Amino acid sequence: MNRIYVARSAEMREGERRLVDCDGFEIGVYRFDGRFFAYKNQCLHQGGPACEGITIARVVDVIGADSTFLGQRFDESDPHIVCPWHAWEYRLLTGECAGDGSLRLQRYDIEERDGSVYVIVP
Amino acid sequence: MNFSPAIGTEPNADIDSRTMLKNAARQAAARGYDDFMIVDADSHHHESDVWSEIFAYMEDPVHRHLAEATKGRFLMRSIGDYSAMSGRIPRRHLLRKEKLPPGSNGEVVRTIRWMDAMGVDVACLFPTPMLGLGLHPNVHTEVQLSRAYNRWLTERVLAEEPRIVSMLYLPMNDPAAALKMVEEFGDKKGVVGFMITSTRYKALYENAYMAVYRALEERNQPLAFHSATNWADQSMCLTNLWIGAHALGFPWFNMVHLTNWVTNGLPERFPRLKLIWIEAGISWIPFLMQRLDQHYMIRTSEVPSLKRLPSEYMREMYFASQPLETVRNTEALESTFHMINAETQLLWSSDFPHWDMDLPSVIYDLPFLSEQAKRNILGENSRRVFKLDYGLSAPKLARRRAGEAATAAK
Repeated sequence: MNRIYVARSAEMREGERRLVDCDGFEIGVYRFDGRFFAYKNQCLHQGGPACEGITIARVVDVIGADSTFLGQRFDESDPHIVCPWHAWEYRLLTGECAGDGSLRLQRYDIEERDGSVYVIVP
Repeated sequence: MNFSPAIGTEPNADIDSRTMLKNAARQAAARGYDDFMIVDADSHHHESDVWSEIFAYMEDPVHRHLAEATKGRFLMRSIGDYSAMSGRIPRRHLLRKEKLPPGSNGEVVRTIRWMDAMGVDVACLFPTPMLGLGLHPNVHTEVQLSRAYNRWLTERVLAEEPRIVSMLYLPMNDPAAALKMVEEFGDKKGVVGFMITSTRYKALYENAYMAVYRALEERNQPLAFHSATNWADQSMCLTNLWIGAHALGFPWFNMVHLTNWVTNGLPERFPRLKLIWIEAGISWIPFLMQRLDQHYMIRTSEVPSLKRLPSEYMREMYFASQPLETVRNTEALESTFHMINAETQLLWSSDFPHWDMDLPSVIYDLPFLSEQAKRNILGENSRRVFKLDYGLSAPKLARRRAGEAATAAK
């Protein structure tokens, strides 16, 4: 098991992503809502660098009570990690693929110790 | 929430396509692409980035002046395209900012960089905005710009880099000009065939085109139909989202021309002419085979030139693979491969750098293909169709030599 240093916890602002090297691949570490999340930088589609793209809120259709389309909005509570190769999207909170919930980015545990953030690689 | 931007989109970021494609290079190493040849049957560059160079090749001085004065705005504009998903796919934006060695041939360096990252030995290069040029109402514009582009491409790119080849644009709104293009450019270095952009409203079975097809058949050079979509098309306007206009439009325009090609008996008139259908994926082919066969058996007398089922002619055609339909349908994909004789007729293509590009792994990782079938689709089929008489790229050969030397040293 490897414990890889990411950053001092206080150095990472809300919404920030950092990439850490891990012997031939990278891991993306995100801070959101005071928590840290870590995923392998490899998309489940064609292997793109999933953690190098934008992070953007989930898009939601707004449908009226009469079933009419009223517009769209962003759901800021559910940010998506977007692979820059083909825009496959993953829920930042779980790693689930937005288009197919049976697929998940490889997730790693986070350890916070003495004010620092580490990724745990089995 | 203020999220981190995409890597490379930060101000003053140092853009290098090789870094953007590092995961592709890892795939190439892990799958041993150095052991066999990979040919990309359909890749692109954005010729609008070098309009000034291309316009200088325009022969009509007044049209050249028009092109330069308008900086290309004399061309038709699409009514819309947001294929980059509102910044979710930043590739096009980033590649425009890539720093290249001073004094280098930009188009060649850019292309070779992504080819090497993916493990591609030879790439067939096509333009991007010009895929819609066949819609321009001014025939003279199509002829002038396509001739300028073909002159620029052959002189500035193909003549300088043997790993880049192309099938040149045919201005089909002017059949005589198209024939002249074949005769004038057919023997140029790196010209492996000719290409018709599928989004156009000319009937390509008309007699005026037979001399073009005859010339290509006699030269044993393939004819490609490169599809695109046209959101301004009345049928496409029924789709309110780009996902619909793209998913339907690309197969649609190839289906129309393929249907006309077969039902007008052109495979019987040009039995040795190799056809390649590009950038529509492959899932539409079984559909069209079944539809045409079904109709043919009832309406045989309407198409008396045909001596076989439409699907039998189609099985002798070639198809570029991208964008390969790989999501959750391995069984359907395997059936499609079987129906189209993929082992000899399918040509892997990347479509790089466009938003729905494919890597060689879309073929290499398929569980139902033999190693030889993978190698055929990834390279050998194109090598045969394009008559490429060279093999592995210099970087692959160098890595192989280094590997052999390291083994010997042990």
